[in-house]
Amino acid sequence: MTKTDFFDEMWGFEQDLREPYAQFHEWFEQEDTARLRAKQREAEELFRLTGITFNVYGRDDAEERLIPFDIIPRIISGNEWYKLSRGIEQRVRAINAFLHDIYHKQEIIKAGRLPSEMIANNDAFLPQMIGVEPPGGVYTHIVGVDLVHTGPGEFYVLEDNARTPSGVSYMLENRETMLQMFPELFSCNRVQSVQNYPTNLRRSLGATTPRLGPTHGEDPVVAVLTPGIFNSAYFEHAFLADQMGVELVEGHDLRVVNGRVAMRTIRGYTPIDVLYRRVDDEFLDPLNFRPDSQLGVPGIMDVYRAGGITIANAPGTGIADDKAIYSYMPDIVEFYTGERPLLNNVPTWRCSDPDDFAYVRENLADLVVKEVHGSGGYGMLVGPAATKKDIAAFRKKLEARPANYIAQPTLSLSTVPTFTRAGLSPRHVDLRPFVLMSPNGINVTPGGLTRVALQKGSLVVNSSQGGGTKDTWVLED
Amino acid sequence: MLGKTANGLFWMYRYLERAENTARLIETGQRIALTRLGDSDAEWRSVLLSAGVWPGYETYKGDVTKEGAIDWLLRSRHNGSSVRACISTARQNARLVRTALTGEVWESVNAAYMNAEKMLARQVSERDLPGCLRTLRQHTALVRGMTHGTMLREANYEFSRLGTFLERADNTGRILDVKYYVLLPSARAVGSALDNVQWESILRSVAARGGFRMGHSSDAGPREITHFLILDQRLPRSLAFCVHQLQDNLKKLNAGNGKPPESLKLVDLLLRKYLTHEVDAIFEYGLHEFIQEILALLGDLTTQIQIDYRFYE
Repeated sequence: MTKTDFFDEMWGFEQDLREPYAQFHEWFEQEDTARLRAKQREAEELFRLTGITFNVYGRDDAEERLIPFDIIPRIISGNEWYKLSRGIEQRVRAINAFLHDIYHKQEIIKAGRLPSEMIANNDAFLPQMIGVEPPGGVYTHIVGVDLVHTGPGEFYVLEDNARTPSGVSYMLENRETMLQMFPELFSCNRVQSVQNYPTNLRRSLGATTPRLGPTHGEDPVVAVLTPGIFNSAYFEHAFLADQMGVELVEGHDLRVVNGRVAMRTIRGYTPIDVLYRRVDDEFLDPLNFRPDSQLGVPGIMDVYRAGGITIANAPGTGIADDKAIYSYMPDIVEFYTGERPLLNNVPTWRCSDPDDFAYVRENLADLVVKEVHGSGGYGMLVGPAATKKDIAAFRKKLEARPANYIAQPTLSLSTVPTFTRAGLSPRHVDLRPFVLMSPNGINVTPGGLTRVALQKGSLVVNSSQGGGTKDTWVLED
Repeated sequence: MLGKTANGLFWMYRYLERAENTARLIETGQRIALTRLGDSDAEWRSVLLSAGVWPGYETYKGDVTKEGAIDWLLRSRHNGSSVRACISTARQNARLVRTALTGEVWESVNAAYMNAEKMLARQVSERDLPGCLRTLRQHTALVRGMTHGTMLREANYEFSRLGTFLERADNTGRILDVKYYVLLPSARAVGSALDNVQWESILRSVAARGGFRMGHSSDAGPREITHFLILDQRLPRSLAFCVHQLQDNLKKLNAGNGKPPESLKLVDLLLRKYLTHEVDAIFEYGLHEFIQEILALLGDLTTQIQIDYRFYE
């Protein structure tokens, strides 16, 4: 058998069927392609009817689009998952300790493990958080760690999403859809459940009551703050509020009343204890951050600092998932946990460094170059896939502001069989598991969101650029 | 419950009800046009008036034609009360209050929207019109049924009902307002053929033709129809029925919450002063003035509910 350049999660490098896919393979061999094609259409109908759509930025017609869903599951063995989830836990623990340190004593800088300008000159660092003790000591209640699988048991972290990671509603709805469409597959495979995520989320959020105590009774009042119906992730905000059984609020529903953040109900203002906000830091409080923001609550930061509300994730966590900080993650993990990092970091050139910059400039065709503060796959260069013209144009941008960029080698993202016109074909994927953190511990939901680059050979999995999603199975071993 | 959510539910159901009422008005208009009695254009004008969209039509389109009127009522984007616009607004509100709806209610309103967008993307031919209107009415009925069958009987439900019955009362009131002269007592004991068509069209537009025939003798005329539409509590689209429902919903909302809010007082007044009389007293008072005052009070009631339950800041 021929050896492939990329690790395929079903067939490995050498076309040997891997264990987690054994049952699936047997099932698939019995399946009729026409029936599967019908199922694929049925899945789309289900998604449309449920309203699992996202709004596309920069379009006036407020078009709602579906993220394409691929009906072939991605399967991970229980053993592989166990190792992975330990690595994720370690990383999230370290991120949280790092945040506490950065906003308090800054030991890591004093120890010379992180240059002070990485913090001082970083827009993601929030001076308003200096010396603030977040309720329960938790900064990152929810984290979505982006990983790629490059070989058996070999995972790299691409990005730690420690601000407001999105996509968990797709993890849940993808599973729901698969359960409806292929119940028989779940009978012959023992798949670990993800459906407790909303319950765990509510419990986890409720475990970090504000320092001044909950406003009424034992059970803290939780609410989800959304920028509103036109936000691209509005569906997810409504979905999570609905699944948790809590209110979905917007900035104009809230105001500060008697030192607490309260929501306008049909019977007057009711205080909130824990706010799961899906609004970025800078829009959170027009009195403390951007004065033109209509999305936040005037004075909420003052209430927060006084211990009157829990904000999840805490303001200022962006410093931990900043792309410039990323390259220091192995040091950060070691510094705070005293352990060797269990997960790999992708080697990263920081263009703020003259030597790194010189290397990157000469090797653009082989590298992936990202904006330090960018997200969503915008403003990046994928060297091997770019034309000469693209590269030349990008080089100009890079030379104008080197410190704004980092570069990484192109990774050999694993492939997973995906349903295409030609039947099953390998397509590249990444994985975003979702992690909950509370004073009671860290909980990693088995699975996560698998994003798949539906274009043959493409390595860009972002939904804004033609990516789709898959259900992700972690088997009980 | 958030004031914003109450607002969204209230308007979601108002718009659904309006979509259904408008669909029914189009059916009635089409029906009359086919009987070829009387002046078809005048009839479409009165349909546009009953739907409360005449001023917009006059500005945008001018001359009344059958095609123009149907398209304006059914699918025009310039008419915020067209069936298509109503369903789209209802669905927009449903997205806003997604957490207050059951999954079934949300899916039914989303399906109504998806289907309406598909059916109304192009002008609907005369041949397809009856089927199209029927499907639209079935969709709104399905949302109502899902609401009835799956939603908890708590504040959410009461606001959805308040929206429904306010819109419905308003609609019945507007139909009476436009056609009141047809119902005025006349010297003739039996109406002309044209009168009969007019009476029937009024009954049809509130889905009450069958119900009326069942309960009345064949020579029943405008007096009985007026009674039926205003005072008969068996008819789910009569003013008395709708306002009683509103009173009931407001009472339930207020249960255990102290002294009655202004909106409840207002609805009490509306019932006591206007809907407890004999039909002859209404004629004596003046049918037109009577209807106008009720419509004004229904408008006040909407405003008062918005204030009492903090729909806005």
